Amino acid sequence: MTEPRSYYGRPVLKEPVWKWEVPAYLFTGGLSGASSVLSFAAALFGNRKLSRTALYVGAAADAVSPALLVADLGRPERFHHMLRVFKVTSPMNVGAWILLVNGGASNTAAALELLGRLRPVKTTAQVVAALFGPPLATYTGVLLADTAIPVWHDARHELPWIFGASASASAGAAACLFLDPDDARPARRLAIGGVALEGALMQTMERRLGEIGAVYREGAARTLSRAAKALAGTGAILLAVRGRRSRTAAAAGGALVCAGELCLRYAVVKAGAQSARDPKYTVGPQRERANRDGTKVTTKA
Amino acid sequence: MSALAQPAGLETYGDEAKERVGFFTDTSVCIGCKACEVACKDWNLIPQDGQVWTGESYDNTSALGANSWRHVAFVEQDKPLHVNGDGGTGLRWLMESDVCKHCTHAACLDVCPTGALFRTEFGTVVVQEDICNGCGYCVPACPFGVLDKRHIASDANVGHKPDLAATFGKSEDGRVWKCTLCYDRLKGGHEPACAKACPTKSIQFGPLEELRERADARLAKLSREGWNGAQLYGRDPGDGVGGFGAFFLLLDDPEVYGLPPDPVVTTKFLGSMWRNMAAAAAVTAVGIVGAFLGGSR
Repeated sequence: MTEPRSYYGRPVLKEPVWKWEVPAYLFTGGLSGASSVLSFAAALFGNRKLSRTALYVGAAADAVSPALLVADLGRPERFHHMLRVFKVTSPMNVGAWILLVNGGASNTAAALELLGRLRPVKTTAQVVAALFGPPLATYTGVLLADTAIPVWHDARHELPWIFGASASASAGAAACLFLDPDDARPARRLAIGGVALEGALMQTMERRLGEIGAVYREGAARTLSRAAKALAGTGAILLAVRGRRSRTAAAAGGALVCAGELCLRYAVVKAGAQSARDPKYTVGPQRERANRDGTKVTTKA
Repeated sequence: MSALAQPAGLETYGDEAKERVGFFTDTSVCIGCKACEVACKDWNLIPQDGQVWTGESYDNTSALGANSWRHVAFVEQDKPLHVNGDGGTGLRWLMESDVCKHCTHAACLDVCPTGALFRTEFGTVVVQEDICNGCGYCVPACPFGVLDKRHIASDANVGHKPDLAATFGKSEDGRVWKCTLCYDRLKGGHEPACAKACPTKSIQFGPLEELRERADARLAKLSREGWNGAQLYGRDPGDGVGGFGAFFLLLDDPEVYGLPPDPVVTTKFLGSMWRNMAAAAAVTAVGIVGAFLGGSR
């Protein structure tokens, strides 16, 4: 590919204006979504301790998530404007509704669990949270893909799957962090399986992105995605090898996996900024497509 | 007006819908005076955001953004004005006044979670400053990099006082801003400030259909005269954003002016993205339940 032409090397696109709160939310939202399902599944299979731990983890993450999102707004006092419409063309709007339902349900269930009251209401709330959990864990992939940023938009096939796997890994890992290893077997399996799947999907995405995916091998996105792999990988190995016997190893492994999945979100967000910043990622593929298939955006005589 | 040229949302106005209007920016007569930039800032009370010497020809505005809704690009080229080499020394100076494209299929409007961005009765795309909560989603959604968040403090922002005192420790304006195609002037029956101020009619305002005809005639004339690289940009309703409400006549490929050579509205693929997400969500749920098979403890 010849170096695409540009206007003084200036970007065509604007970099996202989101600050640290947004990648942090991508993590906490995934964690709460997957934890809601984990908690309900554990209840179904009769693992009370795991169910309760995952419920509390999910509720805590669900409580932090909206705070992060509101803090990132340019006008935090207008956060409720998100809920003045319901708009399927806006993944952020749909996400706000999903978060509202999942967060409301998981926090209701957690409060009732803590109080030990209104059992049927608690169960209903848990079911609602479990239903809205998987969309909460995966819609963020659509949120990023539904932009003009090449490295996000062209990863639209993989991003929801990556975030779903990563969310599952962090939910399992967070449960391992607080539970006795004897009660945490499904959580351990989930953490290890999630890390493996997320790693494989990231590889697939980077390969399929081709030249656009080069941002994952440059600058901050490179450092962060390497850190994500190292932390989550080490954590998963620790959980697999020592997680069954040692409480300390299980806690350390769980913490490492969570840190890795958090880094993954930062890596993806950073990659987006880098992808927007360099005009070659915007112009190159579009010029290639225009030369190959023709384009109607320009009309020549 | 052809069906394709009709932007989504306009039908909701019923009898109040007006003829779709826009800009035809003919860069072949632009002289780079920046009267459009100044008139825009003046009329729309846009705050100044500092002065930087870029060394990039006569351009110190650099790009469209929250505080620049018209931007004149300057390109100095070692290329003759005419295909046959006529027209001077083999050096030419391209100038182009860039602006929001007011897309027929506007990604910013689609992704806006609050409904702050809306389609006006004139078929243009406008941000409602009293609704926008500064989520920033439209910023990376725009395929032209038009929208941006305003970081200047609200009290330095003449005419746009905040409706509440600085909250959550934030003193910056924090909302997104872009060209409104002078919605207020349109309502009063006036043409937008930039078109009014343009001394060479490089910026032409009018009903979109009429502008397209005028642009076709202009392109045909320039081609007959052998102008190098003459092309219309955003004139065809069949392009990736359904045609621009504000389109251009350029004298080189779009990327030379910092414009994308084949923009596509990101929401074109949103249906398949939601279906893909539904599958990912279902598999995630199954995967989590699957972790309990072979022992729940």
